Amino acid sequence: MNALAEKAKYWNPYVGGALLGILLFLSFFVTSHGLGASGGVNRIAVAVEDLVIPEHVDKTPYIAQMAGGDRDPLAHWIVWEVAGILLGGFVSGLLRGRVKVQTYHGPQITPHTRWAFAFAGGVLMGYGARMARGCTSGQALSGGAVMSVGSWAFMFAVFAGGYVLAWFVRRLWQEA
Amino acid sequence: MAPYDLVALFGTTGSYFVYVTIGFAFGFILESSGFGDSRLLAAQFYFRELQVLKVMFTAIVVAMILIFWSTALGLLDYDEIWVNPTYLWPGVVGGLIMGAGFILGGYCPGTSLVSVATLKLDGVFFFLGHVTGIIIFGETVGFISSFWNSGYLGFLTLPELLHVETGVVVFLVTCMALLMFAGFDWLRSKIYGKKK
Repeated sequence: MNALAEKAKYWNPYVGGALLGILLFLSFFVTSHGLGASGGVNRIAVAVEDLVIPEHVDKTPYIAQMAGGDRDPLAHWIVWEVAGILLGGFVSGLLRGRVKVQTYHGPQITPHTRWAFAFAGGVLMGYGARMARGCTSGQALSGGAVMSVGSWAFMFAVFAGGYVLAWFVRRLWQEA
Repeated sequence: MAPYDLVALFGTTGSYFVYVTIGFAFGFILESSGFGDSRLLAAQFYFRELQVLKVMFTAIVVAMILIFWSTALGLLDYDEIWVNPTYLWPGVVGGLIMGAGFILGGYCPGTSLVSVATLKLDGVFFFLGHVTGIIIFGETVGFISSFWNSGYLGFLTLPELLHVETGVVVFLVTCMALLMFAGFDWLRSKIYGKKK
C-alpha cells in the first residue's frame, strides 16, 4: 500500500501503532504520565546553558525554573526517557542495517538545501513545541490518549499547519 | 493501585532506569516504524505514505481503550494520571507553527532523535534547529506571557466538554480513527492510483 514503507521494510503501521499504544498505556499505568521528547531536549539544552552562562540562567524565569540556583535540569524523568529514545532508535537501526551517515531528501533538492530546511524547520518546531507546552509525543500522543481537549485541538492544528504549507513547498519532497 | 510512585519504590536512580527502558522501547518502535526517515514522515502531507497517521492514531486508540478499561475495572486510578492542561490559544498557534516546522524540517522532536541515533544528517540539522528554537522561546517568552497563558481551561477532557460518558468518547474516537484510515487510503488511491 505504502510504497516507501514497504520497500524499506518498516513495520506495518497498525502493528507499530498497536505496540506504541501498549507502551503509552504502560507508561501511564506505571508512571502516571505519558511519553515525551521535546521537554527532555529542552532540559539538556538548559543544562549546557547553565554550565556556560549560569548568571543568565538564574535571571531568565523560564529557564530558571529548570536550572536556577541549585536546581539540576537533568534530574527529571523526561531527560532519561530521551536518552532511552536515542538508545532504542540506535539499536533498532543497527539490527536493520540503517545506522549509516546519510541525508534523506526529496528527489528535486540537494543534501545542502535539505540541511538548511531541516534546520529552519527545527527552529519552528522547537519554538512551537515550547509554546504549545509539548510536542507530538507529549501533547498529541499522550494528551490525545487521555482525551485532553487542548491536546486534541493542538493535534488538529499540527496537521492543519502541515497540510496547508505542504502544497507550497512540494518541491522539497515530491517527484518533479 | 496503579499508577505507582517510582521514586518511593526504586529510589531516584531506579526510577531513571525505568524511564530509560520506556524511552528505549519508544525509540525502538519509532525507528522500526520508519519514523527516522524524513521522506516517509513528510509524505504523509502529500497523502503518499500514511504511516504517520496510522501509527499515531492506532497508538492513541489502543492506549485510550486500555486506560479506559483498566480504570473501569478498578486497576488504575484515573485521577492520579497526568492530563495535559488546556491553554487553547498557545496550543493551537504553537501547533500551527509546529505543522509548518514539520513539513519544512521533515521531523518532529521525537522522530528527529531516532534519526540522529541512526546518523541521518538531516536529522542532525533538524536537532540543532530544534535546540535553537527552544532557546529562542526560553529567552523571549517574557514578551508574550499573557498570550502564552491565554485560553486556560484547566484539566479539561473531551467527555467533560461534551457532557457525555467517557465510554461514548472512546467509541467515537475509535470510529473517527477507522474512518480516517479508510478515507485516507481512498484519497491516496485516487491521487496516486490503485497500485499496491
